[in-house]
Amino acid sequence: MTALLYVLLAIVVAVAIWQIASIFNLKGVIATEKDNNTQGILFALFGIFFYGLMIFSFWKYSVILLPESASAEGEKYDTLYLITMLLILVVQAITQFLLFYFAFKYRGVKGRKALFYADSHKLETIWTVVPAIVLAGLVLYGLTVWNDVMDSSDAENPLIIEVYAKQFQWEARYAGNDNELGLANVRNIKGINTMGVDMTDKNALDDIPTRELHLPKGRKVIFKFRSQDVLHSAFMPHFRAQMNCVPGMVTEFAFTPSMTTDEMRVNEKTVAKVEGINKIRAEKGEDPYVFDYLLLCNKICGASHYNMQMKIIVEEEDQFNTWLASQKTMAQVVQ
Amino acid sequence: MSDHHHKETFITKYVFSTDHKMISKQYLVTGIFMGIIGVFMSMLFRLQIAWPEHSFSIIEAFLGHHQDGGVMSPDIYLAIVTIHGTIMVFFVLTAGLSGTFSNLLIPLQIGARDMASGFLNMVSYWLFFLSSVIMVISLFVEAGPASAGWTIYPPLSALPQAIPGSGMGMTLWLVSMAIFIASSLLGALNYIVTVLNLRTVGMKMTRLPLTIWAFFVTAIIGVVSFPVLLSAALLLIFDRSFGTSFYLSDIFIQGEVLHYQGGSPVLFEHLFWFLGHPEVYIVLLPALGITSEIISTNSRKPIFGYRAMIGSIIAIAFLSTIVWGHHMFVSGMNPFLGSVFTFTTLLIAIPSAVKAFNYITTLWKGNLQMNPAMLFSIGLVSTFISGGLTGLVLGDSALDINVHDTYFVVAHFHLVMGVSAIYGMFAGVYHWFPKMFGRMMNKTLGYWHFWITAVAAYGVFFPMHFIGLAGLPRRYYSNTAFPLFDDVADINIVITLFALLGGLAQIIFLANFFISIYKGKKSEQNPWKSNTLEWTTPVEHVHGNWPGELPTVHRWAYDYSKPGHDDDFVSQITPLKEGEEES
Repeated sequence: MTALLYVLLAIVVAVAIWQIASIFNLKGVIATEKDNNTQGILFALFGIFFYGLMIFSFWKYSVILLPESASAEGEKYDTLYLITMLLILVVQAITQFLLFYFAFKYRGVKGRKALFYADSHKLETIWTVVPAIVLAGLVLYGLTVWNDVMDSSDAENPLIIEVYAKQFQWEARYAGNDNELGLANVRNIKGINTMGVDMTDKNALDDIPTRELHLPKGRKVIFKFRSQDVLHSAFMPHFRAQMNCVPGMVTEFAFTPSMTTDEMRVNEKTVAKVEGINKIRAEKGEDPYVFDYLLLCNKICGASHYNMQMKIIVEEEDQFNTWLASQKTMAQVVQ
Repeated sequence: MSDHHHKETFITKYVFSTDHKMISKQYLVTGIFMGIIGVFMSMLFRLQIAWPEHSFSIIEAFLGHHQDGGVMSPDIYLAIVTIHGTIMVFFVLTAGLSGTFSNLLIPLQIGARDMASGFLNMVSYWLFFLSSVIMVISLFVEAGPASAGWTIYPPLSALPQAIPGSGMGMTLWLVSMAIFIASSLLGALNYIVTVLNLRTVGMKMTRLPLTIWAFFVTAIIGVVSFPVLLSAALLLIFDRSFGTSFYLSDIFIQGEVLHYQGGSPVLFEHLFWFLGHPEVYIVLLPALGITSEIISTNSRKPIFGYRAMIGSIIAIAFLSTIVWGHHMFVSGMNPFLGSVFTFTTLLIAIPSAVKAFNYITTLWKGNLQMNPAMLFSIGLVSTFISGGLTGLVLGDSALDINVHDTYFVVAHFHLVMGVSAIYGMFAGVYHWFPKMFGRMMNKTLGYWHFWITAVAAYGVFFPMHFIGLAGLPRRYYSNTAFPLFDDVADINIVITLFALLGGLAQIIFLANFFISIYKGKKSEQNPWKSNTLEWTTPVEHVHGNWPGELPTVHRWAYDYSKPGHDDDFVSQITPLKEGEEES
């Protein structure tokens, strides 16, 4: 594949140079009937290339796509996504076909007169009203999902975690036994208190700082995001979750993990994807890769933006509780 | 005009010219020059994306101390990405496209001797030139040019501690853009005034070619939105240089707390996108206007649904000013606001769909003349649809969550505004080259240029959607830090090869363009058998456009293949025959 493209590239450059050399014969400037014919046929061929590229891409690249959502909210996302994509593909297939087909079919012929057809209220009404109706449906559906995802006020006993961003590292803070995060401000950053937690606030004492994100399956997690320097974006693609981390304010996002890391590792799509990755890694002589959920930075934040990540581990609630209990609280860490 | 026989020196004719035709050429050539820089940069960073850690002599040759043994540094990678975006969006597709064709076509197609103010027009160009020079100079700053992304979100863009490009490089970026905005506003005001006041006898608004409607409405959105970017930039300058806190608050960087308190980067995002989104249409509408004209002329058919086309231009322009929040669904703004922006954003799909369907219907039962300009126009309709449709994903707040800032976005906007607008610009150059230079461009080279570009453009941007759907964020210097993304490496190589192919194909265009200026075949007066007024002016340029009286307009611009006429075109200056109804 790669070699072929190199060859194509070389051919193109050669042709280009040859053509440039022949430019001094500049007589051909306006399309003749012969040009119309050739170019019309080329549009038909291009249409075939276009559909070929689409089909090839879907066939070849589907395996690299994200597996199904690992959060309850993300499942609604996936359905909405699927419907929207189908709609897009149908419209795309029809309109592009018409475009290339007309370019081919009506390529100019000498002496033929085009149809003088300037207006049709009927047609225009159809293609104003039909998209309007379809879009109204899409908007309503989309907004329902949006409100479901963004509104976490009715969550029962949610877990509250602060995710803290800085160049080029993530940290986290669990709210502890009282499930309430202590106050924090960058002005309190000192030594081991890297997130600037206000230790005079009694809610802060039982907070638990960590460098790894553990989440319990089946319990709603409300994330509170902060950043200490520039904009970052907490992106957790497997959970269909993303929110910017903004210095000077606290932003929020919530979801309910629905698949543990172990479950996701044996998920059919994940297995196929990991197999593909490991084949590539084996060729390069690298260690095999084992799937893990990730938190990535998705807002340009500086030189090492491309390597700002934190591992996420989703586990059963009792395992999670055991893990959390083994972590030191802020009070223990700072003293 | 009184200065018909005014003696012209080299300076007044070629440098400080007030003639709109010369200014248009100045815009075009400057735009092409900036375009070469912008496209070349994209080829450099595509090399890095496809083969990270691989040593390239070309990178060694061009990047000086920003590279190490032929591998670019992460800082300069971000800088090149930033400047590529800035140059392509503002310098090529705003000034280069709109500046060239608004200047050339507004007076010629409405039947005016020149712009309302030739002097302001000249000032506008020279401010653009100055801002281009400053932007280019910023590339040579010791710490590198601006590197916070073309959206220059603070605090990254405000703090040199956060990224070296936010020092002198960013200062020059802001100065350059402030001058650019001044240039853009002078130009836009001139366009608006000229269209409203200087139309010749009979040129009613409802007889204007769609090009003029597009330029006119574009100018209005520019006047409404560019000043907001200027204020955003000024406040950023205050934060950077005078210690104010408009955008900054609670910042701890490199071991120290900064004094900033109470500002918010979200404010900047609002101000930026209040321009930033209309900017998409400032770039795109002129290209659509050009396409309307060229598709109609070369189909030998009236543009289908002329009034609907005007309506949709106006609707798009209006809606474009109230959708900016769709760039900020995950910025932390109130989710309710997100709902509103989803609603307004998806509304834009309606006039856009109308335009696409109208183009396709214009082709139906036409007699298509496959000139290079026509190929690019058909190509534009194709990329406009392909790119526009994925807007349904990104404009929907719920769906945006997981594709926001991924390569899916990059693929989307490159197709819908990048490639489409560039196609529009190429179409315009091929079509109006005879009007600009009195000579024709070579069609064979034009065909090669189009087909290679078309294959390359889809080869680059179609597979790119999949990388985004795999969850890969944009603006990553390399994906090697994530085994999860090892399987996109192959696609990235394919994309880069197509990008190099597409980039190199532009050499064909450059050769055709520059050689044809001097050696091209002499143009006839009306080579494309077109109806609009510019083709009633003499091939050799005269100051004041028409040697004698200004033409009188009797009909709209789209009487192609009208029954009852022998020719398949009827110039706008041809009076209605007895009993003939105006279309």
